[in-house]
Amino acid sequence: MMNVSRWKVILVVLATVFGLLFTLPNLLPAKVRDQLPAFMPKKVLNLGLDLQGGSSLLYSVDTAALRTERLTNLTEDVRSTLREKEIAFTGLAVVGDAINVRITDPAQVSDAANALRQSVGAPLASTAGGRDVSVSTAADQRLRIAFVPAAFEAETARAVEQNIEVIRRRIDQMGTKEPDIARQGKDRIFIQAAGESDPERLKNIIGQTAKLTFQMLDEGVSPEDIASGRVPPGSEIIPSTDGFAPTYVVKKRAVVTGEMLTSASPGFDQQTGHAVVQFRFNGIGARRFGDVTRQNLGKRFAIVLDKKVISAPVIQSAITGGSGQITGNFTEQSANDLAVLLRAGALPAPMKVEEQRTVGAELGADAVNAGAVSALVGLVATLIFMILMYGWLFGGISILGLVVNGLMIIGVMSFTGATLTLPGIAGLILTLAVAVDANVLIYERMRDELRAGRSLIAAMDAGFSRAMGTILDANMTHILSALIMFQFGSGPVRGFAWTLAIGVLTTVFSAVLVTQVLLAWWFRTFRPKTLPIA
Amino acid sequence: MKFWPLIKVLPVRTHFRFVRLSRYAALLSIVAVIGSLALSLFPFTPPCGGLECGIDFKGGTVMEISTAPKAVDLAKVRAAVTNLHIGDVQVQPFGNTSEAMVRFQTPEGQDGNATVQKVQATLKQTLGQVRFSKTELVGPKVSGELFTSGLIGLGLAILLMLIYIWFRFELQFGLGAVAALFHDVFLTFGLIAILDIEFNLTAVAAILTIIGYSMNDTVVVFDRFRENLRKYKRMPLAEVIDMSINEMLTRTIITSMTAVLALIALAIFGGPSLYGLSVIMLFGIVIGTYSSIYIAAPVILLWGVKRSDDPAEPLKPATVR
Repeated sequence: MMNVSRWKVILVVLATVFGLLFTLPNLLPAKVRDQLPAFMPKKVLNLGLDLQGGSSLLYSVDTAALRTERLTNLTEDVRSTLREKEIAFTGLAVVGDAINVRITDPAQVSDAANALRQSVGAPLASTAGGRDVSVSTAADQRLRIAFVPAAFEAETARAVEQNIEVIRRRIDQMGTKEPDIARQGKDRIFIQAAGESDPERLKNIIGQTAKLTFQMLDEGVSPEDIASGRVPPGSEIIPSTDGFAPTYVVKKRAVVTGEMLTSASPGFDQQTGHAVVQFRFNGIGARRFGDVTRQNLGKRFAIVLDKKVISAPVIQSAITGGSGQITGNFTEQSANDLAVLLRAGALPAPMKVEEQRTVGAELGADAVNAGAVSALVGLVATLIFMILMYGWLFGGISILGLVVNGLMIIGVMSFTGATLTLPGIAGLILTLAVAVDANVLIYERMRDELRAGRSLIAAMDAGFSRAMGTILDANMTHILSALIMFQFGSGPVRGFAWTLAIGVLTTVFSAVLVTQVLLAWWFRTFRPKTLPIA
Repeated sequence: MKFWPLIKVLPVRTHFRFVRLSRYAALLSIVAVIGSLALSLFPFTPPCGGLECGIDFKGGTVMEISTAPKAVDLAKVRAAVTNLHIGDVQVQPFGNTSEAMVRFQTPEGQDGNATVQKVQATLKQTLGQVRFSKTELVGPKVSGELFTSGLIGLGLAILLMLIYIWFRFELQFGLGAVAALFHDVFLTFGLIAILDIEFNLTAVAAILTIIGYSMNDTVVVFDRFRENLRKYKRMPLAEVIDMSINEMLTRTIITSMTAVLALIALAIFGGPSLYGLSVIMLFGIVIGTYSSIYIAAPVILLWGVKRSDDPAEPLKPATVR
């Protein structure tokens, strides 16, 4: 052992240089870092959400709602198809997962079934009929129309993809840096945006469906009827946030929808100075809106966002220019947010919150400080303790090993882009404290061997190589537990596991090589006759 | 005689009769384990039993709010949030006087985020200047998944250790190690229950770390034990165990000391979110050291080991490299 081969020395030097090089950017202020020459690494530790603030959100696409929506649309398709073919029917309704309808004329049942088979639903290559809807006949001139099982699966997958697309647009519009958006499992969407100054706002913007419709008010309903919930079949009662009335009765049919907008931007009303959202329709939207406003002068329409009326203005004149503004109960920021939502479009499928974690940037900064202070104190305590126990030389060697170890951990973590979390800092501190265990094992073994009557050099040799087996065995246990944490933990816990695993590897390296090289160097330089720790 | 380095002052070889005390230690441990199990299981409120269940496993919302520099009026916060009728609301002081922690469950059938927004709006209204420094919401589905995977993780960790020790040593060693692990894990659960530390993902991570550390300690003792078994073929098992533990005692003490020092620093300076983690790990290190000596080794004694009568093999350097 005291004849250390050259490659070991080279390896130790390389590792130290690597550690220094990759740790350095973390210590420099961003300005200096940018001016470093090109060959120098510039990556810094990737701080977790809990350290730099931000949001981590997990949504699931609401498949039940999606199913209901699809069935409702299918019902309307069935109705219009049958009307088009002039086939009389009764009892069209959704029953469970399917739609039932009774064809009045027995002679027309098969015609109806054929017509429906050809026109309702969407093409789906993988099914027998080539469409995602199956039509079957039942007793009493009834037809049963249902989606094939594969249809919902395909629909869910598509909805998740489309939602991700919309969310990405929304986040981009807000100027958030490098959001992490990914599909998780069958119907889940995971979003992580770090370093956001106002994670709460981001969260609220992402989660909103933002379905915008323009619907006519049904002004023929008396307040008593509203109170008792009696409204005509084509109308519905919708709550309001406009501050004038708690609810409105609106016609169910949407005149114009949010998809027909081409632009939206926040602004101010020229007369009142209130915050508004200005918008512009595409061709179809502009024409429809123009027609409806011309026909309904003096009446009121409602601007409905996610089943809430945000504004119910009176039509003063036909709006044919294709642009307009939404006045509502807005603040400057909420107008801005709504504009972002309208530009990015509505979420095709409603989402449910499964998990949501947001940390303010200030709390993150506090956590970094607390972590740094405790790491420093813990480290200094370990250093003092080791010097006290083993003296300048052997204590010093273990401390040098510790320093190289620390540099390597930070270096590897910066290099691999691993995420450092708050529990990760705890893992780091514990790793460094336990890292001296390897030195202790080696030193104690050397003392044992010396006591057993070996010569100094033989004792050092034997102490070293025998301790090595123990060190490897013992550290393997940490690797195993880190592995489990990585597999089963989430977010911060994974960061902890990663730090622990890297730490164990570098610990074994620095115990095996750094200590060995330093001890050999000491031995060859000073030719000692006794071990200073025996 | 010099007093520094201290290592020279420590007795060169101790001769404690650990095994003789192991009977009493076993009794103590069994009582402690039963007590801990009782504390952490009763009352049987799912999912965490007697432990203070965090939202990771129970679902619900936790908010950390700050009204800095003003002190936060806890009573006012409590009254305001309770008025929303969203079920069981807990308001606790957290960190310094300008901070508080608000927990609540999302009422059945309501959107979690909508409830959070409602609470935030109410707090803004009542407190005026308020910052929401941290908001965590875990839905019922995810909390169930996290709980299951946490339990599987713990179980799998113990199983893996058993297999590893079995593979590296012998089955008896593995059983001893696993007995020590169960001891450590159960006692840690007991501590979590007694100190009312929140049982969440971080706590599970802390327990997994303890498993790693406790095994580390056990392996070091076992390693010497195995070596001595080969060296002293005729020595009674109990004496070999005692000798091995005594030989490793200095190392055990020094290593636990460094870990304890670092963790104390963490508990003092690490802030409220690391406090639970560091206390659990501190306890685990002490318990892990104790269990290596008093649980893992004596279990082997109970079980016995195969000791071949082959002539003592010459000591080979451990096979590395």
